Amino acid sequence: MVIEGFTALYIFMLAAVAGYEVISKVPVILHTPLMSGSNFVHGIVVVGAIIALAGAHTLAEQIIGFVGVFMAAGNAAGGYVATDRMLEMFKSKDSK
Amino acid sequence: MSTFIQLTYFVAAVLFILGLKAMSSPTTARKGMVWAGIGMIAATIVAFIPSTATYAWQGDHVATNIGLAAAAVVIGSIIAWGLAKKVEMTDMPQMVALYNGLGGGAAACIAAIALLQGHAANYVQQSMAVLGALIGAVALSGSLIAWGKLDGKIKKSWQFSWIQLVNGLIFLGALALGAYLTSTIDLSGTHAVGQDTITLIVVFFAIALLFGVTLAMPIGGADMPVIISLFNALTGLAVGLEGFVLGNPAMMIAGIVVGSAGTLLTKLMADAMNRKISAILFKKFGGGGAGGDDSVEGSMKETDANDTAINMAYADRVIVVPGYGMAVAQAQHKVWELTELLMDRDVDVRFAIHPVAGRMPGHMNVLLAEAGVPYDIIEDLEDINPEFATTDVVLVIGANDVVNPVARTNPDSPIYGMPILDADKAKNVVVVKRGKGAGFSGIENHLFYADNTRMLYGDAQKAIGEVIAGLKAL
Repeated sequence: MVIEGFTALYIFMLAAVAGYEVISKVPVILHTPLMSGSNFVHGIVVVGAIIALAGAHTLAEQIIGFVGVFMAAGNAAGGYVATDRMLEMFKSKDSK
Repeated sequence: MSTFIQLTYFVAAVLFILGLKAMSSPTTARKGMVWAGIGMIAATIVAFIPSTATYAWQGDHVATNIGLAAAAVVIGSIIAWGLAKKVEMTDMPQMVALYNGLGGGAAACIAAIALLQGHAANYVQQSMAVLGALIGAVALSGSLIAWGKLDGKIKKSWQFSWIQLVNGLIFLGALALGAYLTSTIDLSGTHAVGQDTITLIVVFFAIALLFGVTLAMPIGGADMPVIISLFNALTGLAVGLEGFVLGNPAMMIAGIVVGSAGTLLTKLMADAMNRKISAILFKKFGGGGAGGDDSVEGSMKETDANDTAINMAYADRVIVVPGYGMAVAQAQHKVWELTELLMDRDVDVRFAIHPVAGRMPGHMNVLLAEAGVPYDIIEDLEDINPEFATTDVVLVIGANDVVNPVARTNPDSPIYGMPILDADKAKNVVVVKRGKGAGFSGIENHLFYADNTRMLYGDAQKAIGEVIAGLKAL
């Protein structure tokens, strides 16, 4: 799918506003989990890495693509577990 | 098929935003993370399906490539999953730095393939690919340095007076090369990339990686969390830009949301330290020279665990100020045990959390939550500061700069103007500290020399354990 320049600009602008709004009322105690959570969300790069690797033609591109998918998967999986472990601690307090 | 895939991406993007929103409250945070996780799994699965929204099933290598991709997803996930499960809570900040670096590296890899293939159809796409490559590579090497520093693998901070000049030159070099790579793309449709261009692309990535290193190396101490947050935002931005290059809206939205949220979070952290982001990046911090008149009057007075125990047992109000020292020593459980003992004696105990205590905002809250300390006795800086004057004993555990009164009194100090916890206003202050050295920033702490301050030397876990023993013996 090709996204035209101005459509992209609108997407970027609205996404930036959404990101700003989402985080603006966060209590300090959730700053670290939230940073970790947003770290997980940019793990979506795994999708792009898979697509890029799929279209690789040369050995060099395949190696770069493989490393890219590997790193992206690490970002997503590690980011999820790290965040979940942080939030787990808060959960036990709520149920009290 | 393409419609189904696009719909999945759309749902994933919605889930990410709702998930992050839910994470702004402790009660819904875990649910939000699960939503985001579902979005991630769904988006990853549909990425394997060939279509106009993903990749074309043509050419010799596609089957091999998809196999490689599946293997990389599985191996990468399992390793990262295992590491994240195993790591101590105190080491979490550097793990976040590490995973963030991986994301930046992945964005840089996508950009590298796009550049090597001459993928771009126009100058806008090419410049986005180049920009994403630069930012992603900087986030990768910078985050790895941050990880190394927090993990104690890298002890040095480069503090040369000319480092900023070097940084500036490297940055300009990367920009110039990036601009050249953008201006020379082949728009004839053949997407040919010559050998010279490939060499230039390699040099470009080398410079970008080097820039991340020279950017992160001079930064140390209390500024580290801000930098990790900044790299987190940069990775998001790089992912968003590469999403544009690939025409993938899920990546664009998720990446830019993180880029924007991360930038705001970085600013919130910097504000909490009364520091400007530019000052953190481009000025020296601590390490002598900048400190001005650092002479201290008085001397440090030592105390022992029994004295401390008695002091607190007969106090009406105690405030605990935890810092990185508590995290390093894994003392949070002991601290909670001590608190419970004091509460049994009807002592009013509360915790004062400085916004940047530890290595990340909220770091202390996470550790205290782990130990079982209830929310309602944990207070923020603004709420607790007026209370110090009526407090009998303040127990500072491995915190330093966040209670240093020079931030209020000495305009020449590098931390001047940073809001601090007014521990010095309490009747008695007991500082649990490993040794006599200055804090992470290298600034002498005048609180330690004050008349109402006593030093309890030793590893926080051991020292608090001794205080507990003292309390039980009473």
